[in-house]
Amino acid sequence: MLSKEEVLRIAKLARIELGEADVEKFQKNLSTVLEYVEALKTVDTSGLEEVSQVTGLINVQRDDRAVLAQNREEILGQAPEIKDGYFKVKAIL
Amino acid sequence: MTNSAYKPVIGFEIHVQLATKSKMFSPAPNNPDEAVPNTNIDEIVTGQPGTLPVANKEAIRLAAMVGLALNCTIDEFSKFDRKHYFYPDLPKGYQISQYDQPIAKKGYLDIEVNGKTKRIGITRAHLEEDAGKNVHPEGLPYSLVDYNRAGAPLLEIVTEPDIESAEEGRAFLQELRNIIRYLGASSADMEKGTMRCEPNISVRKPGETTLPKYKVEVKNINSFKFAEAAINFEIARHTEMLEKGEMPRQVTMGWNEKNNCTVEQRSKEDAQDYRYMPDPDLPVLQFPQEYLDELRNRMPELPAQKRTRFLEEYKLPLADVENLINWKELTYYFEGVVSEIDEWINSDVDTKIFKDRISAGEPMASLVGWDRLLAIRQAANWCLGEFSALLNQKLMNPYDSAVTPENFAEMLKLIQQGKISVSAAKSVFKVMYEKGGDPSEIVEDMGLAQVSDEGAIAGAIEKVIAENPKAVTDYKAGQQKSFGFLVGQCMKELKGKGNPQVINDLLKKKLA
Amino acid sequence: MEFLHLTELRKKLDNREVSSSELAKYFLARIKKLEPQLKAFVTVTEEAALKDAQEADEFINSPGENPFLCGIPYVSKDLFATRGIRTTASSKILDEYKPPFDATVTRKLKEQKSVLLGKTNLDEFAHGSSTETSAYGPSHNPWDTSRIPGGSSGGSAAAVAGGLSPWATATETGGSIRQPSSLCGVSGWKPTYGRVSRYGVIAMASSLDSPGAIAHSVEDLAHLAEAMAGQDEKDSTTGHVPVPQYSRNLTADIKGLKIGIPKEYFLDGMEEGVKQRVMEAVKELEKMGAKTVEVALPNTKYGSLVYAIVAPSEISSNLMRYDGIRYGHTVPAAADLLGVYEKSRAEGFGDEAKRRIMTGTYVLSAGYYDAYYKKAQKVRRLIVNEFAEAFKQVDLLVCPSSPNVAIKLGSAKDNPLFGYIADQLNIPGSLAGLPALSVPCGYARPADNDTPSMDGLPVGLQIIGPQWGEQQVFNAGFAYQQATDWHKQYPSLE
Repeated sequence: MLSKEEVLRIAKLARIELGEADVEKFQKNLSTVLEYVEALKTVDTSGLEEVSQVTGLINVQRDDRAVLAQNREEILGQAPEIKDGYFKVKAIL
Repeated sequence: MTNSAYKPVIGFEIHVQLATKSKMFSPAPNNPDEAVPNTNIDEIVTGQPGTLPVANKEAIRLAAMVGLALNCTIDEFSKFDRKHYFYPDLPKGYQISQYDQPIAKKGYLDIEVNGKTKRIGITRAHLEEDAGKNVHPEGLPYSLVDYNRAGAPLLEIVTEPDIESAEEGRAFLQELRNIIRYLGASSADMEKGTMRCEPNISVRKPGETTLPKYKVEVKNINSFKFAEAAINFEIARHTEMLEKGEMPRQVTMGWNEKNNCTVEQRSKEDAQDYRYMPDPDLPVLQFPQEYLDELRNRMPELPAQKRTRFLEEYKLPLADVENLINWKELTYYFEGVVSEIDEWINSDVDTKIFKDRISAGEPMASLVGWDRLLAIRQAANWCLGEFSALLNQKLMNPYDSAVTPENFAEMLKLIQQGKISVSAAKSVFKVMYEKGGDPSEIVEDMGLAQVSDEGAIAGAIEKVIAENPKAVTDYKAGQQKSFGFLVGQCMKELKGKGNPQVINDLLKKKLA
Repeated sequence: MEFLHLTELRKKLDNREVSSSELAKYFLARIKKLEPQLKAFVTVTEEAALKDAQEADEFINSPGENPFLCGIPYVSKDLFATRGIRTTASSKILDEYKPPFDATVTRKLKEQKSVLLGKTNLDEFAHGSSTETSAYGPSHNPWDTSRIPGGSSGGSAAAVAGGLSPWATATETGGSIRQPSSLCGVSGWKPTYGRVSRYGVIAMASSLDSPGAIAHSVEDLAHLAEAMAGQDEKDSTTGHVPVPQYSRNLTADIKGLKIGIPKEYFLDGMEEGVKQRVMEAVKELEKMGAKTVEVALPNTKYGSLVYAIVAPSEISSNLMRYDGIRYGHTVPAAADLLGVYEKSRAEGFGDEAKRRIMTGTYVLSAGYYDAYYKKAQKVRRLIVNEFAEAFKQVDLLVCPSSPNVAIKLGSAKDNPLFGYIADQLNIPGSLAGLPALSVPCGYARPADNDTPSMDGLPVGLQIIGPQWGEQQVFNAGFAYQQATDWHKQYPSLE
């Protein structure tokens, strides 16, 4: 089973606050999933290229043309807090 | 370095914001000068749910071009990866970058330091998207985020730790900046942040070949001067510590320009675990040989080649060459003036009269009596002197001024022909700079034409000799300074417009 | 009226037998009446729908030809960005989010003057196979409202099956169209990966996500494919293969078609009734002249394992952007910036999303990447290759869409592997990016036998084709629906 520390380390990386009960739950959940996929380790994959794209596309690029979307106000309108046209956040240390 | 007990080991990480019209993965405008916050944004730049990146063809071309100019290998395949971390200026929580298959790798750049050539290894150059900017209002409990810069195409260049002094570091940065500017890949302006450098500095004992166990990264450097100062500051700091038997810690420092020192910075994320993965939204990049050949064919002349040519062909002094090379636009302008000079020379030669001598291979310049190299040197002097001074007042580029290379060359010709004096030329140039126009017409309008007509000058000389018998006698008795007095009187008689050379010659003849 | 096919609605609209406004009003009224039972919607866009319908009517009444979807109402899975209209992904973290742009699919449908009635419920961020992970509670199966409609496109499937909308957009990552279509007795199209643009469809696992559709017939799906498919300059992963005129090319003549029956897709634990209905459907296809052969796909068993690594990895990455700064749920009371991140995400995401984020973060973190993610992507290659080999021998593969009929709401609760098991017949095809259909093929009694539905609950026949092979998949489905009428049977909901 995954250790408490390991779960807390992952939660910190993922920026999700966990309560005591959560930590235990994730210890179990993560372990279940990791056990479930354990069988993959035995599969012979020598000489196989990993898949990251099933389409086989290459060099899909766009021409360098600037287009300004007319949705600035809508974008800013979704933000929890805007100040003088900036997104406002708690002080970045 | 004053202390020879330790030798610096320096490598650079350099970020260059590419000069494309649109961003790396979105059509939003890429404008480093935008002043209004969150203007050049769209749903992609701000990482709205469901948006997808599409790579900018031009950014990829520029990156490959810089790679080739830095003598790098461009592998056939390259890909984009996601680098994950949380920071308010990073809209998607990951930066699209390149991890294990950068566009360019294993190159080098030769630099000249104290007359010696040194080769600096380039580890890699990869494309990524820039982050936005965080603003920290002083004394307030919040920060503000502007995504104008977010998503701008960035080329990150990493060097080998081959640099051994601040001076070499500066030379490297300057040469790299020039290359990037000559390629038109970026404005590469440290002050504006379109070029940012982060040196990694450590020191070791001479003769040691393994890398030191620590390195210190310095951020926040926005000029070549500060880069040099920061490196020197760190070298001194490390040396002092090591001499005291202490080991410098591996930290990130920031350059504090107010106090001329480096200050320890907090790291971005305590545990740096970027969880790189290939970006499934972006198909792989392929660089076929024909594509790379095409780029090579279109490669403009690079600073190193220009430097060699200016030294060999134009025989300019090294310092002038360096000064020209460091200003790409001025260099191009200067070459424009040179080609005008050549045109003047060619058109001035009556090819019928000199037919035989031309076919014998005699240079046109000697036929016309205009020394080409001298004219080119004057052009360089004027470019670096008067012209640069005027341009710098308004931070303008040469081609934005009213002076065309043709008029520039014509002005040089007027001086050479003795039609105006050098000091008059300065006044003429100022008018050309401010209003534009043909220098001959300006000379006429301002009445600055130099009197070179021997008849007029002879008349003045007659008059001066008649009115100053004592000076004439003194000169004949061997008093050289009386000659100067007489020349001055002639000039006065000619209202300052007399050609001093002609006055000199005629006066000498008269008094002989 | 509520169960008319799109082809029939098109005729009625073109002949002015009904107006778009009348249709919109009719379906909105039906939504109002049945939504309390089905809970298929997150948002109903009544006002906008009536306005759009009016515009569509004006268009229809002006001279010229009408686009196929002009004036026809539809509903959209709440994962498709709709400009200015709340789009939540059924997550609290996007509870009040109004996209500043349209998804490409939304735009295409708008251009045809479709009429959007509302946004349908799903598992939070499409993480699930039952809609039970939705922040707004589960949707219910119209055939037996005590049961799940399947998921993640459960709201879409329930809305179509219940006659609340003539069709619905949906998305698949690993079964999210086929499984709910199967459980709700409707026809669902899971496109070839890259056939339909993902732009503006809130990402789950980017290398797998395929936006598609749910409707009452394969013929309707062929029309919808024409409307939705195509290369999109905003999605670099859309294929450059031209979009055929699927509907015009439809043929029920499948004589000589070679159909593979993968034995690995008839699992031991599978419900007997499901197996029987599917084998009966195979017989039906044979009757029409198709030839069937058994094929072996031995790597099928690894599909769900690969998926259990690849999907959470990409999910953990795609969900990084929900940080409470630019949009979405935020906890301003947090003490500092770190607190804003940690609390906004802790409150905003539900359990299943957190579980997947945690799993993905773990397998991508330093030291584990090669052992998990890279290894999984290599095994994925085995699966891709195996399908490619199979399609050298056969034109199509046929199997069940789900190993079981709809289960009771709540019965899969707290099983972290539920999704992976429910979708094990769909996942391998998704990993290979293949096109597929689920079409109704009869009914079977559930394992618990506890349903008021007399005949049992719907079973789905799955038809899988090779990459970009939509046409042959549609043809087979069309032929089957010419010979059967399972797709014309509807639940009684009054």
